[in-house]
Amino acid sequence: MNKAVQVLHDKVPLLGNMCQAIGHSLLNVVQALGSITLFALDTIRHCLTPPLFVRHIFRQFIDIGYYSLPVVGMTALFTGMVLALQSYTGFSRFNAESAIASVVVLSITRELSPVLAGLMVAGRVGAAIAAEIGTMRVTEQIDALKTLSVNPMKYLVVPRVVAGTIMLPILVLIGDIIGVYGGYIVSTHVLGFSSGSYLYQTWQVMEEMDVVSGLVKAAVFGFLVALMGCFHGYNSGRGAQGVGAATTNAVVTASILILIFNYLLTQVFFS
Amino acid sequence: MTIRNKIEMRGVTKSFGTKHVLQGVDMDLPVGSSMVIIGGSGTGKSVTLKCILGLLQADNGSIKVDGVEVVGASTRTREEMMKKFGMLFQGGALFDSLPIWHNVAFGLIHGKDVSKKEARHLAIEKLEQVGMGEAIADLYPAELSGGMQKRVSLARAIATNPEIIFFDEPTTGLDPIMADVINDLIVQCVKDLGATALTITHDMASARKIADHISMIHQGKIIWTGPVADLDQSGNPYVDQFIHGRADGPITDPQSELLKLI
Repeated sequence: MNKAVQVLHDKVPLLGNMCQAIGHSLLNVVQALGSITLFALDTIRHCLTPPLFVRHIFRQFIDIGYYSLPVVGMTALFTGMVLALQSYTGFSRFNAESAIASVVVLSITRELSPVLAGLMVAGRVGAAIAAEIGTMRVTEQIDALKTLSVNPMKYLVVPRVVAGTIMLPILVLIGDIIGVYGGYIVSTHVLGFSSGSYLYQTWQVMEEMDVVSGLVKAAVFGFLVALMGCFHGYNSGRGAQGVGAATTNAVVTASILILIFNYLLTQVFFS
Repeated sequence: MTIRNKIEMRGVTKSFGTKHVLQGVDMDLPVGSSMVIIGGSGTGKSVTLKCILGLLQADNGSIKVDGVEVVGASTRTREEMMKKFGMLFQGGALFDSLPIWHNVAFGLIHGKDVSKKEARHLAIEKLEQVGMGEAIADLYPAELSGGMQKRVSLARAIATNPEIIFFDEPTTGLDPIMADVINDLIVQCVKDLGATALTITHDMASARKIADHISMIHQGKIIWTGPVADLDQSGNPYVDQFIHGRADGPITDPQSELLKLI
């Protein structure tokens, strides 16, 4: 009995330390969520009140939207192609090859195009935003903006978030078309389907809601990617290490949030 | 006629977690004067400056600029007040995505709604004031040397003709000759504008040249203030150790501080 008490006595500090560590991490997560929410609300408030730096917004359209086109296009093209190949392998066992067109168009428009485009843009744009704003923080350029009577939220954050929210749906729409086209190429040239019936089936099965839900998702993902880039850059730690950490955190949190919000939005649209 | 103070600080404190950086700073900055705050690294010089500018929020105390309270002021009051300030940052803090002329004209274009054409013209004028000209107007900050970046940053700080100019370690990282050039420019610019200046530095040559009053900050408090002429006869052992750059003395020997407290 005494031995058991002794063992418990030895374990208690360990247990205490563990609880402390868990509590600490939990507090950190809650604090981070709070800061991100406040930052998001502040951003939205600044989006709705003048002045807006319109030229900057247009420049971000180019940076975030136009320059992401190749990477999003390539992702969509190969995803569509692979999807056709893989579903053929599966469906041919049940003589259901005719369903390939439906699988490709529904998967692309509802899920793959928005999610993959979101993740690719998180890697390309989210990281770049965090690195740029983080470097501005570290080199006191953000403080300099304030001393020159320019609100850094309006000058740096709003244009990026607005551009992200508007451009990602456009990218996804283009991705939808390219993705479906990728499936079409493989189906007609590799798998030997007739072009007319593939397109007919695609058209038959696709509904407005499939595309619209994908575009709404894309707008949310675009907002999240730009917001995370700005948030982590704006609150970057000191030095090269701080900017490096900000960049990593921006991509990781944006990617996770994209996956979480994808589930939530799918639930809202299709349940 | 009494001398009006441009900036008044009373009992200003600022802590970061358990680190108490400012522990009750009291300071008066008379209109048109040039004050230099000296002190070692990490004694709270930069934090003092950032609290006045509102880049950091003071925890307690009062900071008045032209009689208007800054601590706890609304964003709008703060933004309005910011228009009175110009600031030369330690690293220059030039916007590297913008050409030099746009950097200099930034405050004019965004703060004072001057047209771009007019702003460019004014920017080149300011660049000429700091010994540079149109030749570098269309270059980007990364294409300039450290000394030239400091000059551009000085031109940006004075571009909006501010009433108060802050200089954060203006000569750090420059060779002695360029440091002296910057010192001369600062003296000249402040004189031309009739502005009130506040400089923080640990470069004594620079301090003696720029200042008409010097304050020494140590452990988050102003421990000595006086005209620059009195600096060598301050009678303050901390000031003496600092201005002579001695390794031994009350600043580096905590024992003697304890003795002083007793």
